[in-house]
Amino acid sequence: MIRVHSLSKNFNNLLAVDQVSFEVQRGEVLGFLGPNGAGKSTTMKMLTCFIPPSSGTAEICGFSILNNPLQVRSQIGYLPESAPSYDEMLVGEFLRFVAEIRGYSGRELNRRVSIVIEMTSLGDVKNQMIETLSKGFRQRTCLAQALIHDPPVLILDEPTDGLDPNQKHEVRSLIQNMSEERTILISTHILEEVDAVCTRAMIISEGRVVGYGTPDELLSQSLYRNSIIVSVNAEDHMQLMNDFNRLDFVYSVEHIPEKQQGLVTMRLYPENKNSIAPQLKHYLFSKNIPIEQFIVNRGRMDEVFRELTNEDRKTLRRQTGHFTDGKNLNLKDRQ
Amino acid sequence: MNGFYPIFKRELLAYFRSPVAYVFIIIFLAANAGCTFFIGNFYNSQQASLEIFFLFHPWLYLFLIPAVGMRLWSEERRSGTGELLLTFPVRLTTTVFAKYFAAWFFIGISLLLTFPMVWTVHFLGSPDNGPIITGYLGSFLMAGSYLAIASCTSALTKNQVISFILSVNICLILVLLGWGVLSDTLNTVFPVWISDFVGQFSFTTHFDAIRRGVVNLRDLIYFVSIIVIVLMLNVAVLESHKAS
Repeated sequence: MIRVHSLSKNFNNLLAVDQVSFEVQRGEVLGFLGPNGAGKSTTMKMLTCFIPPSSGTAEICGFSILNNPLQVRSQIGYLPESAPSYDEMLVGEFLRFVAEIRGYSGRELNRRVSIVIEMTSLGDVKNQMIETLSKGFRQRTCLAQALIHDPPVLILDEPTDGLDPNQKHEVRSLIQNMSEERTILISTHILEEVDAVCTRAMIISEGRVVGYGTPDELLSQSLYRNSIIVSVNAEDHMQLMNDFNRLDFVYSVEHIPEKQQGLVTMRLYPENKNSIAPQLKHYLFSKNIPIEQFIVNRGRMDEVFRELTNEDRKTLRRQTGHFTDGKNLNLKDRQ
Repeated sequence: MNGFYPIFKRELLAYFRSPVAYVFIIIFLAANAGCTFFIGNFYNSQQASLEIFFLFHPWLYLFLIPAVGMRLWSEERRSGTGELLLTFPVRLTTTVFAKYFAAWFFIGISLLLTFPMVWTVHFLGSPDNGPIITGYLGSFLMAGSYLAIASCTSALTKNQVISFILSVNICLILVLLGWGVLSDTLNTVFPVWISDFVGQFSFTTHFDAIRRGVVNLRDLIYFVSIIVIVLMLNVAVLESHKAS
């Protein structure tokens, strides 16, 4: 497991990581989110004992990063951000090299190398020079390297960076399959990934933790939380919008322009972000309104992310009162 | 010393995987032959010994060894592999020495490939094998000292050219300290012990004795301590880079 106590890092005058504390238990996948330069990679570099912290400490499986760096490193499988590997080596050769460094030899070494080649589907390229590989294969080669000693802790810095959608899916399911008996920390700025693989997410901005919780907890901060998109067969949206607005569980209604003739699409924001699907469904049926589409939104991670990481936007929002005192504003806009 | 052998092996392999190794060996052999036969007038010396051959080594190494050592750490930094290498459960000192010994081993191979020179002197006459053996030993130790400096300057920067220029200059100073012209100049102004003292820090002073067949413990200690001290400095440079 990973236990981080108020870890900080200064680069000259720049405070890259500011008093970050968190814990990741066995079986958990913590997603590390944040804009570029937020301090994600720096935190990971401190946890892998690549750079020393300016203050604070962390423990990996009970070993301190300050006092037992070698033990810490042997517990960790680490995929650095740019997925570096030695260009002039063959994929198999590189993995054997890493296995040797990790202290394996003979039959055990061969076994481990073939397991990770299998896990990361590198079989076709194992005799190819790393230099000649595509970005996706390089990424997977470096990932394979991190898995070779079956580490209890995995620290993966943007593991799906540069992969195509199929490869992304493969890597994500690989991470999910491994997560049961391991502690995994991944960083990413692909927000869908958080929902797909993480049991918990942490958003950091300018070195500070600005959001922490399960993906669902984070999504509940979204303005779109439990909002519902309804498409109905109708010519005019005004009447419907007024009707919806009168419902006491609806906070505000937004008309979404629709390309298709005879179809009206609206987004309904619930009162207090409550779940209103049953009430709304009931209402629509009772009024005999023909529904074409009915989508409940759990919230948008990208919006939560922007809200938490972008100071300018927060200020703007406070000034204009956009959405927050929205019912009237919204109606006025539309009418 | 866990991890020494895999790192050593990988590093040595990296030399032979790149054209640099072959270019280096060819230039090294050609330069050795050129200096010995053309600049040193080997045939005119009428001596069946390798004294002339070894005479040029401090000058040849000045450019050739930094060329071998310049990539040792700067390349790791440039390509990001350093982050991988330094997060393996291996002591930094072990890693530094493993990479260094691989490069030194490579230079040793190049040096052994000059064996036709030994044949030549044996063909031409009956040389004393003592100075030839000590000459090779001294030359190898001296190359090791140059290489330690090149490894250390390589850790300072991710630019190989800067690393090369830095190490050439540092090595040049260490060669010139024992250069006859410098000590003569010093002797005209200062008492003789000053030039002697300054000369003690030079590669050439210590190498000259060994290549003549005189193996003093003092000279061996000089080279070995240069290697160890500079490599420890190399470790410190890498540590301080990590911290800032």
